[in-house]
Amino acid sequence: MPVKIPMEKWAGSVRTVTLGATAADGGTRQHTVTVGGETTLPFLHFEGEIPNRPVVATEIQDRRPDGWSELLMEAWGDRMNDPGDWAKAAEEAGADLIALTFGLTGLDGQPTSAESARLAVRKVLDATGLPVMVSGPGQAEVDNELLVAVAEEGAGERLVLGYCEDRNYRTIVAAALGHGHLVHARTAMDVNLAKQLNILINDMQLPLDRIIMDPTTGALGYGIEYGYSVMERLRLAALQGDSMTQLPMLVTVGEETWKAKESKVGQGVPETWGVWEERAINWEAVTASSLIQSGADIVVVRHPESVKRVHAVIDSMMTANDRGGS
Amino acid sequence: MALSGIQIYKLLPGGQRPPHPKANCKECGFPTCLAFAMKLAAKQAELSVCGYVSDESKDKLSAAAAPPIRLAKVSSNGHEVAAGNETVMFRHEKTFFHRPGLFLRVKDTDGVEAIKAAVSSADAYLVDYVGMELTLDGFAVEAASGDATAFGAAIGAVRGASDRPLVLMSADAALMEAGLEAAEGMTPLVHSANADNWEAMAQLAKKHQAPLAVCADSLDGLADLTQKIKAAGVEDMVLDPCVGTMAGALSSLTQLRRLALKENFRPLGYPIIAFPGEWCEDTEAAAVLAIAKYAGFVVLDEFSPASIYPLLVFRQNIYTNPQEPIQVTPGLYEINKPGPSDPVMVTTNFSITYFSVSNEIEGSGNKGWLLVADAEGMSVLTAWAAGKFDAERIAKTVKVTGIEDKISHRSIILPGHVAVLSGELEEELPGWEIKVGPREAVNLPQYLKMAI
Ligand code: B12
Ligand code: SF4
Repeated sequence: MPVKIPMEKWAGSVRTVTLGATAADGGTRQHTVTVGGETTLPFLHFEGEIPNRPVVATEIQDRRPDGWSELLMEAWGDRMNDPGDWAKAAEEAGADLIALTFGLTGLDGQPTSAESARLAVRKVLDATGLPVMVSGPGQAEVDNELLVAVAEEGAGERLVLGYCEDRNYRTIVAAALGHGHLVHARTAMDVNLAKQLNILINDMQLPLDRIIMDPTTGALGYGIEYGYSVMERLRLAALQGDSMTQLPMLVTVGEETWKAKESKVGQGVPETWGVWEERAINWEAVTASSLIQSGADIVVVRHPESVKRVHAVIDSMMTANDRGGS
Repeated sequence: MALSGIQIYKLLPGGQRPPHPKANCKECGFPTCLAFAMKLAAKQAELSVCGYVSDESKDKLSAAAAPPIRLAKVSSNGHEVAAGNETVMFRHEKTFFHRPGLFLRVKDTDGVEAIKAAVSSADAYLVDYVGMELTLDGFAVEAASGDATAFGAAIGAVRGASDRPLVLMSADAALMEAGLEAAEGMTPLVHSANADNWEAMAQLAKKHQAPLAVCADSLDGLADLTQKIKAAGVEDMVLDPCVGTMAGALSSLTQLRRLALKENFRPLGYPIIAFPGEWCEDTEAAAVLAIAKYAGFVVLDEFSPASIYPLLVFRQNIYTNPQEPIQVTPGLYEINKPGPSDPVMVTTNFSITYFSVSNEIEGSGNKGWLLVADAEGMSVLTAWAAGKFDAERIAKTVKVTGIEDKISHRSIILPGHVAVLSGELEEELPGWEIKVGPREAVNLPQYLKMAI
């Protein structure tokens, strides 16, 4: 019996955004990364185009971080001592993008300075040919100070500057406009807040194809369902034609999951949680893989093994084999 | 899918062509058949009130009222796994209702002893997630040997080690018959009927009153089979679209859900069984896809605590009703029998928050009084940002719980994330010392040790 597959006729599509610039475009990246462009829901190849694969960014910091799980410290080892080395290691581990984040203070306990931020970005840009995203510690004033310096240092590289939030978007957008960068627009798990911030940014004349939106997620077991559903709703709105939601989405999975006790702690936890390392990586990989299903175009992870796992999942999702009806 | 008032009207005496002689007779208590139809559509009237509806119309109306995805159940010794009756494509539209059953597959070639060992440990697995006890749901036994005795023995071994429901797997009707005999007394899922064996499988399913999984590698083929099997008298079916990659699975499962919900397409209005181990080397990611995207029964090929725990939590998260955050009752919680000099801590009534904190205190052996403020089921920062966890609410919690009569000190520990509340809380609670605890509950035991 011939079954007619119900198709949605979507009015809109996700914008295409390119990260990084090669020499031809005034940067020094060996290649660029393009995300977005979907004309249907995630991986529904039978219904529309998924022209660009989701990508995996690896988070590194400007210096050896405090308070990261021992498992991460072991995985990256001494290469965490220098952001250039660490970026190189991340590239070797298969990252598509480098996501450099700054801590509030340096190893000496002093607040991270604009100068040291500049130096760290320079090292990362020199060490790797991948496109780079840079974000501050998440405190509006500090973010502003550091990112303005970073924007100047990386002029022309089409970096992604974050976090651009309602409190500080003006400074970051101005820095992006001034030096040819993109912004990472972050809002707290709400469709309307995400739209609103995109409108504000766009009002400053930053073109929409230079915005990546981060609707925020929680980790598996700690609010992932809210992030998952907000992303589904944003993507549906985009496909239904709401232009201020038609942007690729990014989620900082590593930052969230490695806060969870399941990832952080190896001792004094229930036996039913299983082997620590396996569980911790599963926590990150499962969170990342499920958010790809709800529309993430960029997932930022911390463990090298997660990079491999999420890539395998993306490979499998991009191998279309429809055996539906006629 | 529910019919509209007009669609219903066409099936009532007044809407038939030519109209029934009793059309608009008002005996139902409504002025016209159309008015009655509107009430029926709004579920404010019962069809039985009208004595003149034709049998044909009755059939159509009851068929339309049936859920678009039929419920299928497997059961054993009081355990039951039900799938189906879902109503939405996306959880934010309402909620997903029936958490998919997670089954672990064993093969009759594994050997009876190995099966017993594997099944007993998987059966005993129970993990606590925010006060909920999560477990695996059952086992799938595959007749890989091709030998009826071996299949029967494997089923016996599984039953000896677990009371949970089963999926029996063989495409050979003779083997399946042996399997069903070995599963006497329970309701397993019979997996599976295909284009070649369906008649014999349908007979077995009917005889044992067990739901039947139907396998075909195209939706056309699946629809053909379900109709033939239904005609042979089997109503309870489960679909196996036999897919090989994650993308293929997502496409097929999405198409099946859409056909059922949007088109009310009966031949494919059944729950789905998925074998994610066959889709991708990353079996956890594949299982997550099956859980999020519409499978009703999920068969896993491997079991280890580190891999089942995230899957059980993910399933719980996705099947949480988005309209109601999981919460605990606000009030005073006594941890490890605290005395008057033990510390007082405050948190919110979001389950995840409450259990993160109480598990830390309890697990570390510390004693303490945990005040749970009514923050409308929100986490510490969410509630703070939404104005539901402020100095006033915390002070109110202190007052209404009567904690002041139970302790000999006047000091309270705030979550580190809301350190900014200290000043206001000092004003709300004169005479109290406001302490700021660590940001994350993991660091609470250490903090309590230092503080005491
Ligand atoms: C899930 C979530 C939501 C869900 C709500 C879930 C719920 N039922 O609470 C939804 C989507 C509804 C939501 C909404 C909003 N959210 Co919200 N949300 C989150 C998210 C992703 C996770 C929160 C969570 O569940 N954490 C897990 C729990 C266990 O953490 P917790 O309660 O803090 O408990 C931990 C610690 O505090 C500590 N602890 C707890 N109690 C105690 C007690 C003591 C004594 C001690 C020592 C420690 C301690 O232990 C726990 C484990 O370590 C966070 C971002 C993030 N990743 O953290 C944003 C976040 C909390 N949300 C935020 C905001 C702004 C909002 C909104 C106001 C946005 C808006 N305008 O709509 C709304 C408010 C709600 C409303 N108006 O109705 C902001 C808060 C910003 C800030 N710093 O002020 C955050 C941080 C996101 C961000 N980065 O901007 N949110
Ligand atoms: S009882 Fe009501 S619905 Fe039935 S024929 Fe009379 S008026 Fe119409």
